[in-house]
Amino acid sequence: MPASISHPATSKAKLQALRKKPVRKYLSLEMAVPGVFLLSASIVMAAVAVISLFVFRSGIPLIQKVGLVSFLTGRTWDPSAGIYGILPMLTGSLLVTITALVLGVPVALAGAVFLSEFAPITVAVVLRRCIELLAGIPSVVYGFFGVIVLLPLLRQIFGGSGFSVLAGAIVLAIMILPTVLSVSLEAIKTVPQEYREGSLALGATHWQTIKGVVLPAARSGIFASFILGMGRALGETMAVIMVVGNTTRMPRSLLDPVRTLTANVVIEMKYATGDHQQALFATGIVLFLFIMALNFAARLTFANSRRSK
Amino acid sequence: MSPRTEERLVKVVLWAVAAVVITILLSIVVHVMVRGIPSVNLTFLTEMPRRMGKEGGISTVLAGTLYVVTLSLFFATPIGVAAAVYLAEYARESRLVSAIRFSIESLAGIPSIIFGLFGFVFFVLYLRMGWSIISGALTLALMILPTIVRTTEESLKAVPSSYKEGSLALGATRLQTIFKMAIPSALPGILTGILLGTGRAVGETAAVLLTAGSSALSLPRTIKDPARTLAVHLFILSHEGISMEKAYATATVLIVSILALNSLTTSLLTRFRQRLMQ
Amino acid sequence: MTLAIKIATKNLSVYYRQLQALKYISMSIPEHSITALIGPSGCGKSTFLRTLNRMNDVIEGSRVEGEVLLDGQNIYSHGVDVSEIRKRVAMVFQKPNPFPMSIYDNVAYGPRIHGLKRRGVLDEIVERSLRAAALWDEVKDRLEKSALGLSGGQQQRLVIARALAVRPEVFLMDEPASALDPISSGKLEDLLFELRRDYTIVIVTHNMQQAARVSQYCGFFLSGEMVEFNQTKTVFTNPRDKRTEDYITGRFG
Repeated sequence: MPASISHPATSKAKLQALRKKPVRKYLSLEMAVPGVFLLSASIVMAAVAVISLFVFRSGIPLIQKVGLVSFLTGRTWDPSAGIYGILPMLTGSLLVTITALVLGVPVALAGAVFLSEFAPITVAVVLRRCIELLAGIPSVVYGFFGVIVLLPLLRQIFGGSGFSVLAGAIVLAIMILPTVLSVSLEAIKTVPQEYREGSLALGATHWQTIKGVVLPAARSGIFASFILGMGRALGETMAVIMVVGNTTRMPRSLLDPVRTLTANVVIEMKYATGDHQQALFATGIVLFLFIMALNFAARLTFANSRRSK
Repeated sequence: MSPRTEERLVKVVLWAVAAVVITILLSIVVHVMVRGIPSVNLTFLTEMPRRMGKEGGISTVLAGTLYVVTLSLFFATPIGVAAAVYLAEYARESRLVSAIRFSIESLAGIPSIIFGLFGFVFFVLYLRMGWSIISGALTLALMILPTIVRTTEESLKAVPSSYKEGSLALGATRLQTIFKMAIPSALPGILTGILLGTGRAVGETAAVLLTAGSSALSLPRTIKDPARTLAVHLFILSHEGISMEKAYATATVLIVSILALNSLTTSLLTRFRQRLMQ
Repeated sequence: MTLAIKIATKNLSVYYRQLQALKYISMSIPEHSITALIGPSGCGKSTFLRTLNRMNDVIEGSRVEGEVLLDGQNIYSHGVDVSEIRKRVAMVFQKPNPFPMSIYDNVAYGPRIHGLKRRGVLDEIVERSLRAAALWDEVKDRLEKSALGLSGGQQQRLVIARALAVRPEVFLMDEPASALDPISSGKLEDLLFELRRDYTIVIVTHNMQQAARVSQYCGFFLSGEMVEFNQTKTVFTNPRDKRTEDYITGRFG
């Protein structure tokens, strides 16, 4: 038999008294604290604005001085002579990035297919952990690995110094692997099970189903993963600096040393002043716009893929 | 080729790819650590670097890393968590909210070198903080803010609405419900976000190089002093060819810290899921 | 016997955006009694229940018209402290929702929220509430264990204990037994009988037999309207409305 609760008047009054005060205090906080929350959220917004403002403000004057076209297409970068052309770096960045995608994307995509369709659970768990770890390793460690393992290897195979587009591309290919793999894995996993069953029911093999139904259905998500990977590769700095050689000449082959936009900024920032410093910010602006455009494209692709489902 | 043979072939290729990915990871970690571990000992961790890091240990570098990273968390955590609480618990769909969300995504997409440039022109030059711990920490704080906001918002949203309703039904106010129910329930998730941010901050090089300075090897005494972090130290040791032996050792310390943070994150996340599953 | 009215609604309507979910409900709920609300799914009985302690405020886009009088005071009038209302009018949900903390902390949650900190007083409240919810004997040795480890029936009684700890006057229960096995459900009904002496209880249920067993008054809802409200005996044996009769005899719903 449960005991009943009685409400003696005295204890009730005491409890009421205990209750009253804190409630008042909370009520005024109730209005103020959400304001603080909103303020914090607004700081994030302000940060993006201030970052853009200051980076652009510090680089635009030089672009105006040199002219956008000659800044982008100038083949000579010679700060001591006041000549600022970033075509070699622009070429370098694109060359390294595209080569990295060519090397990394097939592996990443294969990994995603393997994980979602073929891998036994234990193997999948191990692989996933590896990919998480790959994503967590700092870029300077990748660069270091490039220096101690990759460069000697390339030296042995191709001769020369090893510092090259290819070295940068291989390191970047490993670095973008987690991004491309996990984003395309998500895309593959959102393909409805009925599609697969429909295809299998027609007598298709598992691989035919993947090739004919799953991958086409997931294509915009997979495409978005390429774009995101491209953005990561373009923006990557330290690992690339350590293995590409950083000369400002136009590369003629994948085995030539090269300098990327990001490397240009880091290498010269320490001692740059005046126009030279502005030119580095201008380099940053070009990179910034490139990557923001890629992110935006990836978002659009995602939005499209969601709408089509 | 018959569909069957093709399927078999594809399977072989995919297994091979998986093996390659695992091998790459292991070879990076193992290669560096096998050569690094012999040089990592108490002396290495507690001695000052001498002759640009060619000799001695990494004590001041460890201190520098600790200062920069802790200070950046000190700035990023309260702002990030508060912003996430706003988005998860108060925000209604409005222009302001979509602008905030757009900003967070943009911030997350900005490459670290741009953060470095910004930190340099804004904190170092414009606000005259110089190459210093504070400049580096503020720059890193901006960089890890989106990670903390996103993870915290997600874990707050994962708290079942029945908990919140139960709390409200007992006469708790909205604010009490947030502080006594939602945040405690989401705590492992929030910690995960902070740890992820810590990992990024510890490993970041470019942005720190441009804002916290790189030449300083003495022990920083105030937050206005410059500092060198582990990642920057590794870069300089290796890139300027100062000492490969010390570079291996530094890389080992860096990798071990990241691995430790990583496994802590994983175990926290597992606990969080289990707790909310029931 | 004259009846004191605990809660009265006057022309109460609820809208979800454009949709009118409740239509001009006027109802008087007597004190120290159990009132059951029955009707098919989507008839508005849960919505009605949630208006009685303003839990509807939580749902975005909902709007209330009319009055809900608690001891004669309109809980929707300007300047009313919602927390105060919810403290007086407790709610137990369909699915037991213990918080992810210890049994003790669950029960102490309410008193703590309302400013009680002294361990001795809290201990006393926790024990008394758990006893009143007929759960004390089952959990007294594991008060510091997680509440999520309790069985469904225990969880539901824990949630009731948690509500008891803030000393409410009214209990609103939204199908509290629907997620329970028959034995737990029976224990819950016994508990309701006990609680009736000190509290006013309004219970939403799908289970006709349960409504007939536990309640003294019964309201039948259909498509957002209250078709009939009377003593339970009358509703079940001699319904005035054809639709009530059809529902009770299982001809639709």
